[in-house]
Amino acid sequence: MRVVVWLAEGTWQACVDAAARWATPAATLVLLHVTDPDLAADVHDAYEGLVGRGGRGPDPGAAISEAAARASAALLAAAAARLGRPSTPLRRLGRVEREVVAAAEGADVLVVARDGPVTRLGPHSLGPPTRFVVDHAPCAVLLVWPEAPPPVATIPPPPP
Amino acid sequence: MWSVALLAVVLAFAVVRPRGLPEATAAVPAAVVALAGGLVPWAAARDELVALGPTVGFLAAILALAHLADAWGVFAFAGAVAARAGRGSPTRLLTVVFAIAASVTAVLSLDATVVLLTPVVFATAAAAGVRARPHVYACTHLANSGSLLLPVSNLTNLIAFGASGLTFLGFAGLMALPWLAVVAVEYEVFRRFFAADLAVPAAPAPAPAVRAPRFALAVLGLTLAGFAAAEPVRVAPAWVAAAGAVVLAVPLVVRAPRADRLRTAGRLFLETNPLFCFFVLGLGVVVLALRRHGLDGLISSLTPARADLLGLLAVAGLAALLANLVNNVPATLVLVPVVAHSPGLVLAALVGVNVGPNLTYVGSLATLLWRRILHARAEPPGTTMFLRLGALTVPACLLAAVAALWAGLRLSTVL
Repeated sequence: MRVVVWLAEGTWQACVDAAARWATPAATLVLLHVTDPDLAADVHDAYEGLVGRGGRGPDPGAAISEAAARASAALLAAAAARLGRPSTPLRRLGRVEREVVAAAEGADVLVVARDGPVTRLGPHSLGPPTRFVVDHAPCAVLLVWPEAPPPVATIPPPPP
Repeated sequence: MWSVALLAVVLAFAVVRPRGLPEATAAVPAAVVALAGGLVPWAAARDELVALGPTVGFLAAILALAHLADAWGVFAFAGAVAARAGRGSPTRLLTVVFAIAASVTAVLSLDATVVLLTPVVFATAAAAGVRARPHVYACTHLANSGSLLLPVSNLTNLIAFGASGLTFLGFAGLMALPWLAVVAVEYEVFRRFFAADLAVPAAPAPAPAVRAPRFALAVLGLTLAGFAAAEPVRVAPAWVAAAGAVVLAVPLVVRAPRADRLRTAGRLFLETNPLFCFFVLGLGVVVLALRRHGLDGLISSLTPARADLLGLLAVAGLAALLANLVNNVPATLVLVPVVAHSPGLVLAALVGVNVGPNLTYVGSLATLLWRRILHARAEPPGTTMFLRLGALTVPACLLAAVAALWAGLRLSTVL
């Protein structure tokens, strides 16, 4: 069994815990983190937009790109330590939702965390990229709550 | 016609920067051509340079001040303050980042926010386990729209400040309301636009303790107070900024090892970006050539004469449009002389040229097109997020700021 665990800032702990709990002992585990280079590119563009300043100083886009790489590596290391069993780290660069779906190809299970406002049950508990991943995943999906799930009573009453 | 071509060459060169050559490489010769070709008489060019000189000196001092503040750890301290105040909550972190980015932009100019603050904010968000996107975009947005408050916040303000005839405090007083209105609108839009990112719970991480760089903060505070205090005694604010920069620079130079002192001093001098100053002066002369050959007449016919609500709106809209077509510094050089008769209209033009650039995130449509054509990025532009964010914030910010400016102008005449 091949399990891909998608790790995102703020919610990755729940995914790691779910993988540790549900993956069979023989399963191979892949810890996946995706960095969207658009953020650094937009900052670089904002810097270039300062016309006349020469672009000779430290490029904040490059600084963010490097910091993002370090943060991704740190997150993967922390996740591997929390998992406490052998796993393979996987870093990808690109549009997050597309990269996750591509990385899940050939997997048996993809572990995903909800990441919208998680105060009530319902569709808003999936942010747009996560919604895309759940809708397009080419394998089974284990969808977990980052915190204790809200009670069923948070569902509004049915329309009359 | 020749003056249009000259300006086009100067701007295209500044955007493309062939072989990494400084922008002044084209701007200064273009200014010389404009003079030699008789497009601008010597006397008019001299007046323009005399008018722009203090502005450019002020700019150089502020750029140096920002880099010195960074060397003293002011930005690292800002990151630590944000981390401590925003601990465990992405929304609270966004609120603190808004306050810091708006203040840094106001006091140390938009360059400081883009170049020095943005990476610190990313690192802070990443260390807190928070999705950094809203906080990073807040910096790039507020670098433009948060630069309304003080004459030092933006080069556009410095150019207009000289022409407006306002005092430092008068400028700040009239722009305080528009500045607050714009920051409030940006904040509301960001809260909604990034609702999903901000809703993700953050695991509380230990915030690093950073000692406040008291000396540097005190010097910055005194410099700021000095801008207002020096004016009645006829000391140009550029001298106050320069004095602040020297006070911050001297201990750094003295503390450097003896062999490195000269190099440290040289490096600090380069932070004033002298080539940028020459670019602005060259650009000023080239724009003057264009203004003398029909542009002033054209802009005059487009701008209203009275600083009533509609007049302010029209000028701000025109300024935002121009800033997006040709970039905000040339737009300011073109617009301000035409509306210089009315401080209200000058400030409305500033609202437009400062808020407008958030629409096309690379400074102007011209820049955007050039980049698409020349660099032809390997990958197609990814998310259009920045453009969507700009489309949501810029019109609302323009309206709010102009309304606030109008209210402020009314109040100031009543009082």
